Amino acid sequence: MSQPIYYKTLAELSRELEEKKVSSTEIAQAFIDRTQATDGKVNAFLHHDAHDLLAQAKRSDERRATGQALSPLDGLPIGIKDAICVAGQPLTCASKMLENYVSPYDAGAVERLKAAGMLPWGRLNLDEFAMGSSTENSAFKTTCNPWNLERIPGGSSGGSAAACAAGQAIATLGSDTGGSIRQPASHCGVVGMKPTYGLVSRYGLAAFASSLDQIGPMTRTVEDAALLLQQLVWHDRRDSTSLNHAAPDYRGALSQKRETPLRVGLPKEYFGEGLSDDVRKVVDNAIGFYKSQGAQMVEISLPHSSLGLAVYYIIAPAEASSNLARFDGIRYGHRAAKADDPVEIYYDSRAEGFGPEVKRRVILGTYVLSSGYYDAYYLRAQKVRSLIRQDFSDAFEKVDVILSPVTPTPAFKRGEKINNLLEMYLCDLYTIGVNLAGLPGISVPGGFSKDGLPVGIQLIGKPLAEAELLQTAHLFEQAHDFYNQHPAL
Amino acid sequence: MNYEPVIGLEVHVQINTRTKAFTRAPYVFGAEPNTLADPVVMALPGALPVLNKEAVRQAVRAGLMLECKIAERCKWDRKNYFYPDSPKNYQISQYDQPICIGGAVEIELPGPSRNVMGAHRKVKLTRIHLEEDVGKLSHFGNASLVDFNRAGVALLEIVSEPDLYSIEEVFAYLNSLRQSLTAAGISDCDMEKGQMRCDANVSLRPKGTTTLGTRCEIKNLNSISGVRNAVQYEIKRQARALDKGEKIIQQTRRWDAEQGVTQPMRTKEDAHDYRYFPDPDLMPVVIAPEQVEKIAKTLPERPFDRQRRFMQQYDLPYTVTSVLCPTCALGDYFEQALEVYPKNPKGIANLIANDLLRELAAAGRPDEGALPVCQCKIKPAQLAELVKLTDDAVITRQSAKEVFAEMFAAGDDPMAIVERKALKQEKQDDGALEQIVRDALEANPKAVEQYKAGNEKAINAVKGAVMKATQGRANPQTVAELIGKLLS
Amino acid sequence: MSESIDIDHVAQLARIRLSPEEKTAYAAQLGDILNFVRQLESVDVTGVEPTSHAFPVVNVLDDDEPSEPFTQAQALMNAPLARNGQIEVPKVVDEA
Ligand SMILES: [Mg+2]
Ligand SMILES: [Zn+2]
Repeated sequence: MSQPIYYKTLAELSRELEEKKVSSTEIAQAFIDRTQATDGKVNAFLHHDAHDLLAQAKRSDERRATGQALSPLDGLPIGIKDAICVAGQPLTCASKMLENYVSPYDAGAVERLKAAGMLPWGRLNLDEFAMGSSTENSAFKTTCNPWNLERIPGGSSGGSAAACAAGQAIATLGSDTGGSIRQPASHCGVVGMKPTYGLVSRYGLAAFASSLDQIGPMTRTVEDAALLLQQLVWHDRRDSTSLNHAAPDYRGALSQKRETPLRVGLPKEYFGEGLSDDVRKVVDNAIGFYKSQGAQMVEISLPHSSLGLAVYYIIAPAEASSNLARFDGIRYGHRAAKADDPVEIYYDSRAEGFGPEVKRRVILGTYVLSSGYYDAYYLRAQKVRSLIRQDFSDAFEKVDVILSPVTPTPAFKRGEKINNLLEMYLCDLYTIGVNLAGLPGISVPGGFSKDGLPVGIQLIGKPLAEAELLQTAHLFEQAHDFYNQHPAL
Repeated sequence: MNYEPVIGLEVHVQINTRTKAFTRAPYVFGAEPNTLADPVVMALPGALPVLNKEAVRQAVRAGLMLECKIAERCKWDRKNYFYPDSPKNYQISQYDQPICIGGAVEIELPGPSRNVMGAHRKVKLTRIHLEEDVGKLSHFGNASLVDFNRAGVALLEIVSEPDLYSIEEVFAYLNSLRQSLTAAGISDCDMEKGQMRCDANVSLRPKGTTTLGTRCEIKNLNSISGVRNAVQYEIKRQARALDKGEKIIQQTRRWDAEQGVTQPMRTKEDAHDYRYFPDPDLMPVVIAPEQVEKIAKTLPERPFDRQRRFMQQYDLPYTVTSVLCPTCALGDYFEQALEVYPKNPKGIANLIANDLLRELAAAGRPDEGALPVCQCKIKPAQLAELVKLTDDAVITRQSAKEVFAEMFAAGDDPMAIVERKALKQEKQDDGALEQIVRDALEANPKAVEQYKAGNEKAINAVKGAVMKATQGRANPQTVAELIGKLLS
Repeated sequence: MSESIDIDHVAQLARIRLSPEEKTAYAAQLGDILNFVRQLESVDVTGVEPTSHAFPVVNVLDDDEPSEPFTQAQALMNAPLARNGQIEVPKVVDEA
């Protein structure tokens, strides 16, 4: 059966562009129409500019017509999380603080996409400054899960996941600090990959927690994730943490056969209390699948993983409190009207510009760094972080990849956890370790809950083992047809 | 009571790099406001710092000039505080692992007179670290304006121990620091341009005691006279307070140059809770000993070492070396000239210290001080040649002055000028000269009479007449001999 | 690590004005979170190096080569208030 344009993949549309079966303008129009038709319900976009997209598409068609296409991806629109800069487009970070801010420059990752001829399409909703797991912390709108509009899409890259699932974008960029790509991908039934820390430039990603943040692709197939990642991996001299790594052929790796049997680690700490039956069932199915493929299942232990949340909720707010100090109402952003003293500008602009979760984390982060508490909190958390990293590297002595749930439960109802902080933070239980250890992780659609909500499985790889990770994910994906299922909108 | 002031200085010095400490935005002095900014300088969302290699190299050079130990490993920390001139509201600095550790600044105290060398002493340094500058605030009525051009410029913070005990020492310290850093080309240290700024920690203690008193920090001393006056004021203020039995409160004070007083600054109780933590955006720097050695080879001699050497090696008087050595380029100039003509160091040194410096001063633009020696049209070899021509009696001293003036104006070779202006000294056996002397003696009978009566100086009138008649080209010695011969 | 939080002091360090309700709420929530992170106290971290970077490398340095800066208009394009090519703020009173 033939999918409508908006549910085709990067790989398919790239081929069709090459074969001149479709033009970039037609593709752009399809996404504009689809977004117009569905975003009233989904609310994934904070901003989009149909004119601009059509103008970009026209230029791409001209390039292609004269044989000057920049890459096979030339002419394909891609949605961007509204924490990643695109020159001349708004950057709000879903915060009142940046309500009228326009970025004068492109993020490194966006430069890479533009270099391939891809067309940045729209600004996608998120939890304010990427702080949250439900996209309910956006100052502007609440994004709905396309599979069930009552439910959250996950977060913080909720807009990116929802737009991709809803066919409003072929693919999107998200960012992942504690699970912010993988968790919404799982909830929305798309593929979300958090690459190895430093593999994709953070330059131009509004910083939340610098030592954890990472940009990654959100797509409907593993192949598309491979295609995008290929383009995103790049050494950016403007990001001191950007790795100088020659990317292998990720897409090529998908179809390669392993030479040794796959060893899949199952961390026992990730299957304990709190894991819902719905999710358990999906992960069990995946375990069964890999077994059936001749993989060796190995129970492993990540003994310090239960401390991950505590470590995360010290390190991330601490870094955030400093990263967000620049939002002061002086050079850009919201400035309180009544202030008649620069100090008052700070107090009032930040009080008015930041939402409750941002304030909470900035206050927490300020506290743990403040005089007398640094050693007890931040320094200790950094040490425990070392133990968590060590756990993973010990585990990877025995296994090739780690398989686990992404989240304890399928997408919950909007408003359900907004008042229960710790329960909300528990959403990140299985994803945080990957960020603390800087590892690559991917969420792949793994099935559905009894309520028909998508549930993902998480695969975690060794540092820079993206090719192996994608291959493993691809194996599962191709044996199932979850990627062909779409929400009814 | 009799008090001894104890002073420690924190000196911020802008490093001469083309770009800023953590981004490629350029820096030049005096550009239009906010035209040297980029996403990093303006701290836009998403901007990230990257460390400037040259800033690190210059910091190492500064450390070596100032006898510091260079840290094998140093890292970058965020110093968190809010201020409108601070774009990120944190400063990237070095907290517990600075790039240079310890060190010393040799100072010279005023001697008993200008031509006698004063006592030397080494002032201990605590550390030097690398950090970034903030923007510039200026005030207009009810508003302040912020220009971020300066924001992000690489700064050295040079922290001394409380090891200075008088205004004179403070002055000598700043001078010495400036001489060392400019000699190495690390900074221009121009206080007027904000390239060197100073905070002073001042405390008093009864003379003869050793425990430190409570200190006050005086911030933002941006001129030599500001430092001098503020520290002087603060010493007096504290002495008065102590005499009255008051306790000194540890506080930060601001120098009000107009009123000539230091005043407590509005200090929030959180002022010193900077919440330092390692900057996750930046990686540590590891400097191998071999690298330090390589960098050390790029350093000039320390100014005081050079002065001692000049005095010893070339037998130059203290006064001349204290003109030549503080400015590295001048000492270099001297030694370059000496390479061409090593016979007369004193002659070359004097010509530089007197004539050249006078002309350079006169040639400078009023607002910029003397013309730097590197812009002088006379090259060292040419200056050496001039001294040699004089020493070889090819030209007279009188002519040398004329040649020098021409050289300074046009940069021509001295010999070319001598030939063009026919300034070559007359040969001694020239009969013409004897005739001129004869004429001069006849024209000055009074002087001859007085000379014969025993007044030796009287004959100068005759010599003067000869010189005038020869347009200064006669060799004075020959003239004297001829006079002696003719009058005997 | 359990302690009562001086929320006023922390809010001042963070330069965020909090309403009385916010203060009460945040103080309680921070107390909960700090209580939660107390579990880190039980870990023996003697001799463990802190992780500042997931993949520590050293000497990431850039050449001292200028690149094109913003024009003044670009630098100020998002400024809430500007005058004479500069950011304008209410008069700054010295503060240490
Ligand atoms: Mg200081
Ligand atoms: Zn400093």
